[in-house]
Amino acid sequence: MIGQAIADGLLTGAIISLGAIGVSLSLQILRFANFSHAELLTWGAYLALTFVSFATAGASLGPFSFGWGLLAAVGLAAAGTALLALIVDALVFSRLRSQGAHPLTLVFASFGAALILRNLVLLLWGPEAHYYTTELQIAIEVLPNVRMLPDQIFVLALACVVVLALHLFLRFSRLGMAMRAMAESPALARVCGVETDKVVRWTWIVSGALAAAAGVFSGLTVQLRPEMGFNLLLSLFTAAILGGGGSLIGAVIGGLAVGLSESLSVLAIPTGYKAAVPFLLLLLVLFFRPQGLFGAEERS
Amino acid sequence: MIGLFSYLVFFAIVVLILGVATLGLNLQWGSTGLFNAGIVGFYAIGGYAFAILCAPPRPELLANFGLPWLVGIIGAMAASALAAVIVGLATIRLRGDYLAITTFGVAVSIQLVTLNWESLTGGSLGLTSIPRPAPGLFESSLAANVFYLALTAAAAALTYWGLERIVRSPWGRVLKAIREDETAAIALGKDARLFRLESFVLGSTIIGFAGALYVSFIGFVSPFDFAPILTFQIWTMLIIGGSGNNKGALLGAVIVWTLWSASGTLISKVLPAAYQTQAGAVQSILIGLALVCTLLFRPRGLIGEEAVVSRHAA
Repeated sequence: MIGQAIADGLLTGAIISLGAIGVSLSLQILRFANFSHAELLTWGAYLALTFVSFATAGASLGPFSFGWGLLAAVGLAAAGTALLALIVDALVFSRLRSQGAHPLTLVFASFGAALILRNLVLLLWGPEAHYYTTELQIAIEVLPNVRMLPDQIFVLALACVVVLALHLFLRFSRLGMAMRAMAESPALARVCGVETDKVVRWTWIVSGALAAAAGVFSGLTVQLRPEMGFNLLLSLFTAAILGGGGSLIGAVIGGLAVGLSESLSVLAIPTGYKAAVPFLLLLLVLFFRPQGLFGAEERS
Repeated sequence: MIGLFSYLVFFAIVVLILGVATLGLNLQWGSTGLFNAGIVGFYAIGGYAFAILCAPPRPELLANFGLPWLVGIIGAMAASALAAVIVGLATIRLRGDYLAITTFGVAVSIQLVTLNWESLTGGSLGLTSIPRPAPGLFESSLAANVFYLALTAAAAALTYWGLERIVRSPWGRVLKAIREDETAAIALGKDARLFRLESFVLGSTIIGFAGALYVSFIGFVSPFDFAPILTFQIWTMLIIGGSGNNKGALLGAVIVWTLWSASGTLISKVLPAAYQTQAGAVQSILIGLALVCTLLFRPRGLIGEEAVVSRHAA
């Protein structure tokens, strides 16, 4: 029972982590809480759905419920969602930044952007649930009494690969270093010759692509609904704040903590309250360690 | 003609109720700079507290006391105030966007409670036959609505007048000082956290009051009346009207609710029934566009804040 809850929690946690990385990047580099980030997850999932429907229904890959079509669709959806994030930035956020708007004005604007993006999904794809495939799968017993679908194992593995790749990118590439520098101190980064516009652009691209991956994985393991991203919003914020913003590993561990606590909570409290668990976790973190688990002690 | 008139009465009541909530938000954001992203949560607490206090008893439910209308209203305000004290004590020291995230979480959690605590809230079925004031007094429902319109107009006027007084009082000036420069206000010996907490609680109480007025008007309450969209709508009202200005808050309520209702009516006339759900999306998109465009092209809103508040300061 507990083993199964841990496995389920790790899966949800991996998906939340991918989304939370974007929230964390935007908190640190763009310096505002982006309430519209969760809608990028939804858009990623639905874009992939559209690409999959264009692909010819090829044979499924091995034990998985999907074929090469979906894998290609993930890539295309990541590109599409990154583009969408850039468009929203160009239309709204970058204009506000150049007007020297109050940081909270960007948060209001992200409210509005979220409302528009979410309802565009509803308008274009309709309110009913969608699925990538309707193929049935047989769960594999990965450990004694712990069963997972092949798709779930695939999602978990691919999430690990994506996080590892991002870690290497941030750690070793020039662009990654520039992004970390800007998270530390935008003014200092600019003085050192970091092209801040380019960093902002790449922040959106990375967050958008990861959000799309999170959205597709969530759609693959649960289902696609217009409010799928919005329902994850609180979890994403909790994971990002729990991790202490900025640090990638922080966001990932934050995401896993949120996923695990949600799925383990079902053992103790009624299922109906599961969605409040991230919020309780958030309150605890803000109360006892507002800088996050991995944040630096001093922050003003 | 009667149809149009009764529609206008209905419309005006809803606008006034939302206007009261927007006034409450204006105290929090406009005067104090507190980012409350959980408006709908406090609105729901007010609404449910009123319903629980005033609805006629039903054996399967814990509460439903069937108390008088005014007791219900006062109880609703007390419940919202209490919730705001608890939330405020935990969150008021947080910086702007963290406060927004936390209050957003409060609203989500409150909706979960209303959905799941069935013995108190009736769960997804909600609570019914919630009374209006003076139930037996009017023959026709139109007359009752006109009476209720007068009542909400009085409530809105009272809230407006009270807030205008408060903003211009020494207490209100401290709020603005804290919003503009917290460090300076603290240096002048003002307990910034206490003032922020007071403003948060008072604003949330007003929002709870609006929730109670709404539930008493509709006569029915369910978790689905308190969807997150309401928070966005009220924020849009304040931003469009002009935050920091109570007249702006009321004007914004009129404009946004007109936009929302008119687009809804138009869409339901034009589109076939099969597309009605999607049509609801267009309404929300319009609200989002209105919000974003105001921020981009007229950040201070239609009527922004007046620069001088005190006649002594001029």
